[in-house]
Amino acid sequence: MSTVDSARRLWEADAVKILVVLLAIYAAYLLSGLVLGYSLRGQLNSLASLTFYIGVFATLALALNLHWGYTGLFNIGVVGFMAVGIYVMAFVSKPLYGSGGAAQVGGLGLPIPVGILAGMTAAALLGFVVALPALRLRADYLAIVTIAMSEIVRFTFLSSTFQQFQFPHTLAGDTTRVGFGGGSGLILDFPDPLLTLIDALGLANVYDGLVSLVGTVVPNNPDPIVHSLVYGVVLLGIVAGYFWLLKRTGESPFGRVLKAIREDEDVARALGKNTGRFKITSFMLGCALMGLVGILWLMGQGAVTPNFFRPRLTFFVWIALIIGGAGSNTGSVIGGALFAAVLYQGPLYFQNLVTSVLQPGDAPGSFGPAVAPLVANLDPVPFLLYTLDSVRQLQLVVMGVVLVWLMHNRPEGMLGHRKETAAAIPLVGRSERGEGDDGNGPAPDAVATDPTLAGDASGGETDE
Amino acid sequence: MGLTKSLRGRWRLTADRVLAAVFVAVGLLFLVDLFWGLLISGSIAFSRLGTLVWDGVMRGLVVGLAGIGLSMTYSILNFANFSHGDYITSGAFAGWATTYLIAGLGRADIGSLLLVGAGGSVLGGALGIGVTTTPVAVVAGIVVAGVVTVLLALALDRVVYKPIRSESGITLLITSIGVAFALRYLIQFVFGSDVRGTTAAGSIPQIQLYFVDGAVRIDAHDVTLLAVTAGLMLGVHFLLQMTKLGKAMRAMSDDEDLARITGIPTERVVRATWIIGGGLTGVAGYVFVLWKGTLGFNDGWLLLLLIFAAVILGGIGSIYGAIAGGLVIGITASVSVLWIPSAFSRAAAFVVMIVILLVRPQGLFSGRSTA
Repeated sequence: MSTVDSARRLWEADAVKILVVLLAIYAAYLLSGLVLGYSLRGQLNSLASLTFYIGVFATLALALNLHWGYTGLFNIGVVGFMAVGIYVMAFVSKPLYGSGGAAQVGGLGLPIPVGILAGMTAAALLGFVVALPALRLRADYLAIVTIAMSEIVRFTFLSSTFQQFQFPHTLAGDTTRVGFGGGSGLILDFPDPLLTLIDALGLANVYDGLVSLVGTVVPNNPDPIVHSLVYGVVLLGIVAGYFWLLKRTGESPFGRVLKAIREDEDVARALGKNTGRFKITSFMLGCALMGLVGILWLMGQGAVTPNFFRPRLTFFVWIALIIGGAGSNTGSVIGGALFAAVLYQGPLYFQNLVTSVLQPGDAPGSFGPAVAPLVANLDPVPFLLYTLDSVRQLQLVVMGVVLVWLMHNRPEGMLGHRKETAAAIPLVGRSERGEGDDGNGPAPDAVATDPTLAGDASGGETDE
Repeated sequence: MGLTKSLRGRWRLTADRVLAAVFVAVGLLFLVDLFWGLLISGSIAFSRLGTLVWDGVMRGLVVGLAGIGLSMTYSILNFANFSHGDYITSGAFAGWATTYLIAGLGRADIGSLLLVGAGGSVLGGALGIGVTTTPVAVVAGIVVAGVVTVLLALALDRVVYKPIRSESGITLLITSIGVAFALRYLIQFVFGSDVRGTTAAGSIPQIQLYFVDGAVRIDAHDVTLLAVTAGLMLGVHFLLQMTKLGKAMRAMSDDEDLARITGIPTERVVRATWIIGGGLTGVAGYVFVLWKGTLGFNDGWLLLLLIFAAVILGGIGSIYGAIAGGLVIGITASVSVLWIPSAFSRAAAFVVMIVILLVRPQGLFSGRSTA
C-alpha cells in the first residue's frame, strides 16, 4: 500500500516522469538490440542515434511549445527557422574560400560560437518579419503565412542565384566567394564543433580517456562511437537547458502575459498589456531556439541540403508536441522522446528487427508485383515483403493516422490537461497534494486538474 | 479587427495607408517596367509575355477550380483543410488509372494499367494518350476523377471530420494535416514515388496564334483544360445562384446555429459542400495532369499552398474570389520569371498572398459569401 503510494507520489514529479519514459525507451531499444544480436558497437551506435533524435525533437517541441502552448501562435514554418539558423551559421563560420578543402564556396571564417549566435539572430529576425504582418490576423492565417515562408526559405537556398556570390569580409572591402550551395547542398567544412567545445572547456584529456576506455571494449576504431554518444549527452543537456529556460520564462511576469494572451487576447489588452509586442517577443525567442536546433541537428553532419527542410519535418515536431500535450514543458520533452523513439526511429528499427530475424529475400520493386501473387494464388509473402520494404512511407501514414487519432481521442495530449494557468498564485486550494512538491512554484497539474479551469483552457483557443 | 482599429486608432490607419501606398507603388513600378520593356526598349517580346500569361491562365484555372472546394469548406466548416491538396492527387490517380485502363486495354496487363504504370511498367506516351487520340478514355477519366474524389471526401468527412465537427478550427486543421499525411503516403505506397509521363507529348495537335511579334502556341490540352474548368465554374455559379442550396450555404457560413434553428438541414448542406468541392477538386487534378503531362504523388501537395494563396487572395468563402485569386496567383507565378529567377516563381505567388493579407486581409472579394 505504502509503496504504491510513494510510487504514485514519485510519478507526480515531472523529472521522474521524463526519466521513466526515457529509461523505458532505452530499455526497449537495448532489448530489441539483444534480439537482433547486435554487437556492443551496434548497441552503442543505436543508443547514440536514438539519443540524438530524442534530443532534437524534444528541443524542437519545447521551442514550439513556447509558440503554441504558451502564446497560442500557430507556427507551421518550423523548418524555415531551422534552415535559416544552420545556413547563416555556415555562412559565418565556414572557412574562407581557397583555404584548402573540397568546398565549392567558402564562408566568412569566423569562430563557431559567432556563427551560432548569428544563426540564432537571423532566425529571430526572420521570425520578426513573419510575425509582424501575421500577428494582426487570425490563427489560421499565421499558419499559412509561416508555411509559405518556410517554403520561400527553402526555394531561396535551393536556387542557383545564391549558389555562390562575392561578399566583403574585411573592413577594407575585399570580397570572398561565399554562397548557399544551391540544390547540391553545402559542405560544412568548419572544424568539428564538439571537439572544439571540448578543447575550449579543457576537457580534451577526459575525452581521450573516454575514447581509450571505450577502446578496451570496442577495440576497433572507438572514436566515432564516443563522439556520437558524447554529442547525444550534450544534446540532452541542451534539452534540460531549454526546459529550464522555458520554465523560467513561463513563470515570469512575461510568461504570465503570454498565457493570458493565449486564453483571451482582448482581456490581456484591456488590462493594458501591449499584446502585439509580447507576441512578437515570444515568437522571436521561439524562432531563435528553433534556429539553434537547426544548427545542432546539422552542424555535425558534414553537409546540409535545402530539401532536408521539407514541411513534413515541421509536422513531425507538431506530432511530437501534440503527443505530449501543448502547454506543458514536461509533455513536450516526453512527446519529443516518444515521437523520436516510436514513430521516427521505431519503424526502421522494427524493419531491421524483422529482416534480421526472418532473413527474407528481396522485396518486389513496386506495388503491382507485390499484389499479383496475393490475388492470383493467395500468396501474401511478396506483399508483406513490399510492405516491410516500404516502411519509410508507411511510417508517415502511421504518423498521419496517429495525429488524427490523437485529435479525436486525446487532443490535450498524453498527460491530460496540463496547460499552466496564467495566474501567479494557485487558483484552487492545494490540500494534500502540494506539500510533496519541490517548492519551485505551483505544481502545474495541481492547478489544472480543476475541471472548470481545464475546460476554459481548451475552449480559449479558437480563432484569435 | 474592429477592436484593433478602435484601440490603435488613427496611427494604425495611417500606417495601413502608407503600407498600401508602398505596395501600389511597387506594383506600378513593375507595370511601368513591363511597358518599357515591351514598347520602348523591346527587351520583352509580346509573344513571350503572351506565352507566359497563357501558361499562367491555365495554371490559374486549375488553382481556381480546386480553390472553390477549399474555399467552400473553409467558410462553411470553418477550417483550413490541409488535406485538400491530396484530394487533388487522389482524384488525379483515380482518373488516370481509368484513362490508362481504357486506352491500354489489351496492350498491357490490367494491373500495371490500374497502377498508372507504377515502376515504369507502362508508359503513357506508348499508349498514345491524348484528348484527340483517346477521347473516350480522357472523358471517362475526368468523370471517374470527380466521382472518386467525391466518395473519398464523403468517407473522410464521415470518419474523420464529422466526430469533431464542433471543435475549433485549429483542431480540425491539425487533423486535416494528419489526413494529408496518411493519404499522400498511401498513394506513394500503392503507386510508387516516380513521376511518370502520362500523355503522348509529341502528338498533341496545336495551333500557333500570331501575337504582335511572334507566336503563342495553344494545344488541344490547353483547350480541354479551358473548356472543362470554365464549364464547371459556370455550372457551380448557376447551382449556387439558382438553387436553395446556395442560399443555405451562405446562411451556414454566416452563422451555423442560426441556420439550424431556421430549419436548414445543416448536415445535408455539409454533405453537399463536400460533394461539390470534392468533385471540382478531383476534376481539377485530372485536367492539371492532362495539361502538364506528368503525374506524381506530390502534385497536389505542391499545388496546395498556391490554392491557399488564391483563396485568401479572393476572400474566404467566395467562389468568384477563388477563381479570380487563382488567376492572379497563376499569372503572377508565371509572369514573375520576367524579373526574377524561375526558382522563385512560387515564392512570388506567396509574396502576393502575404501582401494581400497585409493590406486587405478580408480578400479582394471581401466578406464571407459562398457564391
